[in-house]
Amino acid sequence: MEEKLTLFKNRKRFGIEKNIDIIFKNTALFFSSFVAIILLGIFLVVFFQSFESFSRYGLKFLVTSEWNPVKDEYGAFSAIYGTLVTSFLSLLITIPLGVGTAIFITEDFVPKVLREIVGSFVELLAAIPSVVLGLWAIFVMEPFFRAFFVFLHNFFGWIPLFSTEPTGRNSLLAILILVVMLLPIVTSIARDSLNQVPKKLRNAAYGIGASRWKTIFSVILPAALSGIMAGVLLALGRAMGETMAVTMIIGNSNAFSWSLLSPGYTISSMLANQFGEADGSQVSSLFYAAFVLMILSLVVNIFAQWLVKKFSLKY
Amino acid sequence: MSRNIGDKFFTSLSVIFALIAILPLIFLVTYILIKGGSQITPELFTLEPNPPGDDLDAGGINPALIGTLIITTIASIIAIPVGVGGGIYLAEYSKGGAFSRFIRFGVNVLAGVPSIIAGVFIYALIVSTKILFGSMYSGLAGGMALSILMLPTVIKTTDEGLKLVPNELRYASLGVGASMYTTILKVTLPSAFRSIATGVVLGIARAAGETAPLIFTALFSYYYISGFGDLFYEMGSLAVLIYNFALEPYDAQNKLAWAASFILVLSILSVNIFSRILAAFTEKTKRV
Repeated sequence: MEEKLTLFKNRKRFGIEKNIDIIFKNTALFFSSFVAIILLGIFLVVFFQSFESFSRYGLKFLVTSEWNPVKDEYGAFSAIYGTLVTSFLSLLITIPLGVGTAIFITEDFVPKVLREIVGSFVELLAAIPSVVLGLWAIFVMEPFFRAFFVFLHNFFGWIPLFSTEPTGRNSLLAILILVVMLLPIVTSIARDSLNQVPKKLRNAAYGIGASRWKTIFSVILPAALSGIMAGVLLALGRAMGETMAVTMIIGNSNAFSWSLLSPGYTISSMLANQFGEADGSQVSSLFYAAFVLMILSLVVNIFAQWLVKKFSLKY
Repeated sequence: MSRNIGDKFFTSLSVIFALIAILPLIFLVTYILIKGGSQITPELFTLEPNPPGDDLDAGGINPALIGTLIITTIASIIAIPVGVGGGIYLAEYSKGGAFSRFIRFGVNVLAGVPSIIAGVFIYALIVSTKILFGSMYSGLAGGMALSILMLPTVIKTTDEGLKLVPNELRYASLGVGASMYTTILKVTLPSAFRSIATGVVLGIARAAGETAPLIFTALFSYYYISGFGDLFYEMGSLAVLIYNFALEPYDAQNKLAWAASFILVLSILSVNIFSRILAAFTEKTKRV
């Protein structure tokens, strides 16, 4: 087939038509290389803008949590810690929920119509803008969970994670709203991977007398694992970079605390809050923080892609 | 017997998880419909928002509504030609070589770049350098930031849509002597049009709700958009209006944020549902 195509293309053409053809091809080539140009541009711009801060603080920036524009001292530890904690904990809650929902959609517990409704509902959830989720979190979720947080603090206050008195916005609320945002991603990718597992595997397991859930746990889930893992990693990258909903509900405080019930910070919420009115070396420090965020999400994304390529189902 | 109990337990667990998963959407949508829908008045669409303060009347969202339309249009004008062009190259010209693999990889990486980084990038490139005729924050800069987020979606849908077009169509066209660009523009692109259009429209709907890239590129404005020159000044958008007014301590502004959410969510959801129905319909007709 390839041969035929080259044969046609090698046929001689003359005049304007040939030129248009060449121009068209090169324009398309130019547009497709735009992706690389933009990626490289983002990387270089953020790197060079953060250079001043990088040369002044070096790697110390990552482990100190002083953020003082008056004294010109900057360290992003609180924000980096907040980014990692909120994204990992939210993922921890999302994985069983999302995979459980995906199993519900792909198995036949209930009629197909019902399952399809649940499936498209979850996918519609992904279409809701994060700023609207943030608004909802402020006015609906926070009052709803307030009593529960007080309860958590009163009974489990001895655990450092719940050691502060809950006062309004906090990291735990940010984690919960992240769960709502990640759920559609994990569910839809897990569903696609489960659907790709061939039917004969299931029939073979049933044939040797395995029960439905024995089959799911020992045959179907392992077969779909790589796809699910890739979805989880994509969700992780998304959670790290998520800005609006988190910024609106996390409380935005740079004071470091182990407690999830105290206000926190993430890199992206720090950027959203301070970038507009920052000047001087604060701007450079914010670019440094943005650079850290970019590297974090790049690593997670590239790892996810590698995983998909390496372990994509070969049935 | 015991395995039945185990199976029942896990089955009900998965049903419960599915219920938990759809509950937020049901709560959210009903709350927005009730709370936001009750704020909808004709004046909402025609007035400027009043600056936050003790004013009991918050005004309307006209500038933000128009701003969202303008900024998303700018983003589409940039991202659609570039994205469709890039997708055409990947699907029609490249032979799966190193370059196309690299670009496809880049598309996925770009799709994973946090949206606020796109804002930071445009801030450094356009806003702080005042490269656009001396203007700093502008609707134009906001549109550019959004176009970075739209680009991967458009390339991907074009690439995948074109790959689904059967090769026989290409051979037939080339066989009767059509050139490559005629083949693409007259044969392959039209036959993939519906799937590409669906993907692009979903990408636009997604971009319309993005906030993070706009908060320090387009910023916000309380004033009517009156002419072409306003592109070079701060421009409001529904998303940023929701963000700003949700954090105001005044009830009137909060209500305006709910009204804006109502309009934003309703339009995004209807676009999504409509394209879903269209896609299902296309699939059915194809099978026949």
